[in-house]
Formats: sequence, structure tokens, C-alpha cells
Amino acid sequence: MITAAKPVPAPVRPATRRRWPGQFHAGLAIVGTVLLLAVLAPHLSPHGFADQDLLRSLQPPAWVAGGDWAYPLGTDRLGRDLFSRLLFGARVSIAVALLSVALGGGLGTVFGLTAGYTGRWVDRIISRLIDVQLSFPPVFIAIAVMAALGQSLVKLILVLALVTWVQYARIARATTLSVREREFVLAARALGAEEGRVVLRHVLPSILPPLLVVAAVNMSNVILAEAALSFLGLGIQPPTPAWGSMVSEGRAVQSLAWWNTVFPGMAIAILVIGANLLSDGLQRRR
Amino acid sequence: MGRFLIQRLVHLVWVLLAVSILVFLLIHMSGDPIRLLTPLDAKPEDVERVRALYGLDQPIPVQYVRFLRGALRGDLGESFRYQRPAFELVMQRLPATALLALVTLGLTITVGIPVGLWIGARAGHAVDWVISLVTFVFISLPSFWLGVLLILLFADRLRLLPASGFESPAHLVLPCLTLSIYTSGLITRIVRADVSDVLRQDFIRTARAKGVGERTVLGHHALRNALISTVTVLGLQLGNLLGGSVVVESVFAWPGVGWLMLQGIQTRDLPLVRAVVLVVGTAFVLINLIVDMLYLYLDPRIRYDHSG
Repeated sequence: MITAAKPVPAPVRPATRRRWPGQFHAGLAIVGTVLLLAVLAPHLSPHGFADQDLLRSLQPPAWVAGGDWAYPLGTDRLGRDLFSRLLFGARVSIAVALLSVALGGGLGTVFGLTAGYTGRWVDRIISRLIDVQLSFPPVFIAIAVMAALGQSLVKLILVLALVTWVQYARIARATTLSVREREFVLAARALGAEEGRVVLRHVLPSILPPLLVVAAVNMSNVILAEAALSFLGLGIQPPTPAWGSMVSEGRAVQSLAWWNTVFPGMAIAILVIGANLLSDGLQRRR
Repeated sequence: MGRFLIQRLVHLVWVLLAVSILVFLLIHMSGDPIRLLTPLDAKPEDVERVRALYGLDQPIPVQYVRFLRGALRGDLGESFRYQRPAFELVMQRLPATALLALVTLGLTITVGIPVGLWIGARAGHAVDWVISLVTFVFISLPSFWLGVLLILLFADRLRLLPASGFESPAHLVLPCLTLSIYTSGLITRIVRADVSDVLRQDFIRTARAKGVGERTVLGHHALRNALISTVTVLGLQLGNLLGGSVVVESVFAWPGVGWLMLQGIQTRDLPLVRAVVLVVGTAFVLINLIVDMLYLYLDPRIRYDHSG
């Protein structure tokens, strides 16, 4: 084949390495701090999350008149320490966020990669499945399924993974399709590498970066979904605290004790802001 | 166009089939559905009679076919609680949800697009920085919490607006505000990114060089691109909005399908829950079809027919 023109030389890259933008660091700091607080909850919390003291019911935060530093963020209707409950509630949000993203991402990657790499009827079946499920409203389905299944932490993680795996599968399939025909993959196969090795050593590493972005975007969605499910009473069951259910419990006393609804919601918002900063940073890293 | 429509319709059939299977299985996921219908101390032969009455003694595939046949005729079973056809109950509540969705959509578009255009044209300025920060916070707030806070502020403290119910236009304000803070934040961000991108493109430079006024550049070229991404994002966000409306309807006691579903969940009224899921799932698929059609109209580059 005769080429008419020389290929345009690639623009000279500056010698600096790709940098993580500030958003990424900020997001990492926020999510990391919440993770640390969640892990250390039993050591940091001044009270047990279920310790009731009815004499101290609805005590305001420490800096408000009538507050007490023994209960820094005040107490709920049953006199339980809000700060301790928030620390333990972080465990639910973090566990659900990390595990359902890992599980959904893992499933989606395996199916998407298989579809894209194998092609033919396998691809046709998986692609149809992906298309169909993408037409489902995820949180809505999660609400219905959690209502039918009954509630537990494991079910919550499974259901959220099962309503989100398609988003990873779609991207994994599309990027695998484009990577599959690239020279380094063809070369590896020509050199006689086994298919399994080609997939694991050559294809998988090159489809991971876009999947990481999907995972980060999904993390904030999953945190919000878990909070909404808990708020509706379809998440973790009492007395174990989850931030969403704390807001819902706080509603009963909201005209008397604003701190019961304000603080747990603020905690959710801060964690989601952290996750959104992470995904923003990942997307801007070019 | 014809071929695209046929493809979409085939897809529609697949999706509806999947939704129907999911919805059918919902009632079986909860364990033995007969337990929900009979008192705990019912005699075994009575339990079996109720089982036969609802056709639950048949093999699962037979039950599914029977369910599907009923669903095609608009018969989704009777609500356990209301003793009325579940489909009818859902259709009664649909207008309230549609009203909420449409007003939210209107608010989102009238705020999100102009603000996005405005700060997109000033990318990097202080005003862009401030509004971008605000919208970033907007898209990170859990909707139920926002709703609760708005009630606390505008209904409990200031006594300006009603907290719940459906009697007057004033009742629309807080639920719509709650839903549209997220969506308009999102649309503003998308439009901003889009506009600041487009304004750097060659065809804009050409237009400006030709002496086209800044108003036309923004209003014509930038706006058209912004509309395309708005439609994309709104289409993608629709699913989240539906989930969000269940939450927001329950916060504001808004008598739409979301709240109906939640009541169904709380009373273990699974026929009602599955009727809501089926109707809303169908509506979701149809709206997505409309979104795809809108693309054709907005973006001449998109052609769904592969030939030519």
C-alpha cells in the first residue's frame, strides 16, 4: 500500500508527568477521612451508638445554650449521642459505597470484557442484556427489590451492585472492542501468548482507566442511593445507625431539635462532595 | 428513520419483557406470598384454598404466562389493601407525578440553560467560579435532606409555604424546588462546560470574524450545542429523577405514584408495588424513545440509519 503522506508527528509532550488535579486530592482527603473515622468509630466515639439516656433526650449541641461537651453534637429523642451515631453511621455509608462499587465494577468488567473480546453470540447476548438493563431506572428498581427482599447490609450491597453493573459493562465492552485490534494486543497473540494471558496482561490494564472514572461517578450515586433507601426505611435496620435513617428519625422531632436532621444530612453531603471531587479530578486528568 | 424506529420498538419489547419478569418475581422474592394474604393462625386447608384462588399453586412459568396475559389486558391484579384493581390506582396517581416532573423540568431548563450560557461565556471569571462552586454543592445534596431542610425553613420557621399536600399551587413550590436544585445544578454545569468548549472552536472564530454579533454567537451556535447535551443529560438523569421522586413525594406527602409505591411497600401490598413498577418502567422506556427522537431533530449529525 502506498501512503500518500507521512503521518503527522505526534505533538511533543512536555517532560512533566501527568499530574493529579487539586480536586482529586481534595476528594481523596475527604473520602479518606470519612473512611478513617468509620474504621476508628469504636475508639473515637464517646458513647455507644445505642446507649440511651432518656434524661438527656434532645439535648442541643455543645455550643448552644443547654449543651454539654460530653455530647458534642447533641442527642436524639432517646438521649443517644448524635456524634457517636454519626461515626458508626459512616461505617454503613463507606461499606456500601466501597463494596457495591467493587462488586458492581467487578461484575461489569468481567461481562463487558468477555462480550467485547469474545464477540459473536456471547457479545450479542451480553449486549442485549446491557441495553435492556440500561433502560431501567436504577434507584427505582432498587427501592422495589429491597422492599420485596427485606433489608440487610449484604442485600443492600448486592442490590446496589446489581443495578449498577451495566454502567461498567457498557464502558468495558466498548473500550475492549477498540483495544482488541491494537498492535500490542495483536503482537502478543502473534507471539503465541495464551488468550487468558493476553486478556489479563494486555487488555485489562488498558481498559481500567475509563472504568475508574465510571467507578468514581458511581460512588457518589451509590452513597446517595443508600442514604435514600435508609431514609425510606429500606436500608439498614435500627438500632444500627445509618445517616439516611437518622435524618428520617430526626424528622419526628425536627421542630424541637434541628440538630437531629441537620447533622446526618450534612455528613452525607460532605461524603458525596468528596466522591464528586474524586470523579471530577479523575475526569480532568488527561 | 423507519429502520431506527423498528429497532427501538424491538428494544422496547425486550425491555418490557424484562420489566415484567422482574415485576413478576418481586412477589416471589418476599418468600411465600401467601403468608401476606392469610392470618398466621389460618388452617392449612384454608391456606391452600387461598393459594388456589390466586393461582399460586401453579408452576412458576404457568403463573408468569397468566400474569403476562393479564398485564396485556391492563389487569395487574388487585391491591391487597384497597381491594381494587392495582392498575387503576396507579393511573389515578400518575397525573400528580407528571405535574411534579414537568414543572421541575420547566424550572430546570429555564434556570439551567441561561445560567450555564452566561457563565460558560465567562469561563474563568469570578462569577463562573462562584456559580460553579454553588452548583457543585447542589449536585451533592441528598434530595430527602434538602426537602426536610426546606420544610424546616419555609414551613416550620417562616410559615411561608405549606409543608405537605396537594391542594394549591403553593404546595408545588417546595417539592419542585427540592427536585430542581439537583437537576438545574447539573444542567448548569453541563451547559457551562459545553459552551466554554464550543466558544473555543474554529467555527465560532469564523462566525465572529464574519462580524456575527456576540448575542447571535451565543444564542445560535452555543445554544444549539447546549440543547443537545441538555437532552442527553436529562435523558440519562431521568432514571435518577424517578427514584428521587419516590423520596421527594414521601417527604412532602405528594399524592403521586412514588408515594403510592411507598405506601404499598409499608403495607406489604405487593400487587400495588408491582403495578407501580410496571407502569413507571413502561413510561421510562417511552420517554427514552422520545429523547432519542429529539436528538434527530436537534443534531443533524446524528442519523440512526446505518445505510448511506
